[in-house]
Amino acid sequence: MSTQNHPLELPEGSPLVRFSGVTKRYGDLTVLDNLDLDVGAHEMVSVIGPSGSGKTTVLRMLMTLEKIDEGVIYVDGKPLSHMERNGQLEFANEKYLRTQRTNIGMVFQQFNLFPHMTALENCIEAPINVLGMKRDEAEERALNLLDMVGMLEKKDQHPTRLSGGQQQRVAIARALAMRPKVMLLDEVTSALDPEVIGEVLNVIRALNSEHKLTMLMVTHQMGFAREISDRVCFFYEGKIAEQGTPDQIFNDPQNERTKQFLSAVLDAN
Amino acid sequence: MSYLDFVIEYLPKLAGGAYITALQLVCASALAIVVSLVFGLMRLSRLGVTRGIATVYIEFFRGTSLLVQLYWIYYVLPLMGIKLGAFESGFIAIGLNFGAYGAEIVRGSIEAVPKGQWEAAVALNMSPGQRMRRIIIPQTFPILLPPASNLMVELLKATALVALITVVDLMFVAKQINATTWLSAQTFGTALIVYYAMARFVLTPFLRWLEVLAARKVGKA
Ligand SMILES: Nc1ncnc2c1ncn2[C@@H]1O[C@H](COP(=O)(O)OP(=O)(O)OP(=O)(O)O)[C@@H](O)[C@H]1O
Ligand SMILES: [Mg+2]
Repeated sequence: MSTQNHPLELPEGSPLVRFSGVTKRYGDLTVLDNLDLDVGAHEMVSVIGPSGSGKTTVLRMLMTLEKIDEGVIYVDGKPLSHMERNGQLEFANEKYLRTQRTNIGMVFQQFNLFPHMTALENCIEAPINVLGMKRDEAEERALNLLDMVGMLEKKDQHPTRLSGGQQQRVAIARALAMRPKVMLLDEVTSALDPEVIGEVLNVIRALNSEHKLTMLMVTHQMGFAREISDRVCFFYEGKIAEQGTPDQIFNDPQNERTKQFLSAVLDAN
Repeated sequence: MSYLDFVIEYLPKLAGGAYITALQLVCASALAIVVSLVFGLMRLSRLGVTRGIATVYIEFFRGTSLLVQLYWIYYVLPLMGIKLGAFESGFIAIGLNFGAYGAEIVRGSIEAVPKGQWEAAVALNMSPGQRMRRIIIPQTFPILLPPASNLMVELLKATALVALITVVDLMFVAKQINATTWLSAQTFGTALIVYYAMARFVLTPFLRWLEVLAARKVGKA
């Protein structure tokens, strides 16, 4: 297997997340091409790039929603979807995956709240059944989070009774209730009406400034990426074509593709 | 004998038969539900063998006659040393048969739950069992109940076949009355009405109520 050159563990002081030579294919289509990407603790990294460049796939790989074809992803120094057997890295079993998944939370473009549960129930389901928390303890945590995202009043509503922006804020609270080390946000405002985008962005701002959460965010909102990110990665055809501070990427892009992309996006706005 | 006299004379007997029919319905439905769940889930297994077994089961029970299956269980199994009473043979045959249809409904309804629900459950680190039990199955009810209700009404009507293996159900009682009175029109007419009433005024309202309940549970009503 192609994990031979990858260490079983990363040394102390390595970044929280490391993609090391990660390749993902769908049939003949190579979606991620030997990708290297690090995300440090408390870092806010934005991923931008044209449609089909593999942005969502990066997040889905990290959430273990897609199988990895080549390379290794490390989270907290340990392989994410591989485990050691006889001194070699092999695909991990479900038990190992579940220990590694505790580190990661994800918010989806389509919210994916559980429709048969209220906002509060959505937020306590996994803390109780996965983390084994007591009900009142889980509720306390969930109520705090719902308060933080401004959804306390709607805690007993089912998702169908909530607007898109409200659903997305509940989804953020639900993911946070698991206390992940890394939060993945995939175009969390793309399915929202323009007038409610702001309320969701405000929540993300607060997570970044007050809680210094480690985040990997795919977005088409260039203004927001520029304002909030520590680092911006521009994806092109399954690779990082260019990365740097928001200032470098938006004011002084070096790569021709980045320039084209940014001028096309900025023209459209 | 007027029809009213006929009803007064024979209704108690018919009611006794209807009671057995109702028991057949309950027992066969319970078995069918279990079979539907087990084989419906097996059809979705990642293991080819498991899927294969379920497919063979479903193909077999849907592809052969219920009446022949009933005779097999009641008349042939005893030759192999498995002796079941008429009542048990009746609801087991019906339950196994309708379970095969139900399994396809279960499979279809699970597949109809949006993929995002599975992914959200994985993202919250739920175990495969928790995903199924806590997230997916509850969402299948509103999808599954309308076709399951139709199937259950069909099942009720199919229970009339158990009269052929000597279960004293509504149909059996009707045949008895017919044999002694020769009042065929009254007898089988009444039987038709009773079957219709059971389906239309008991079973269907109950299932409708379940459908509303399930829809409300996902905030759709
Ligand atoms: N399950 C799949 N099967 C086959 N191809 C897929 C699958 N998922 C994604 N792809 C392909 O992989 C490529 C990258 O997809 P990805 O969703 O990562 O793009 P993206 O950068 O997020 O694009 P967008 O901005 O449109 O969301 C696309 O060409 C897409 O068609
Ligand atoms: Mg995408």
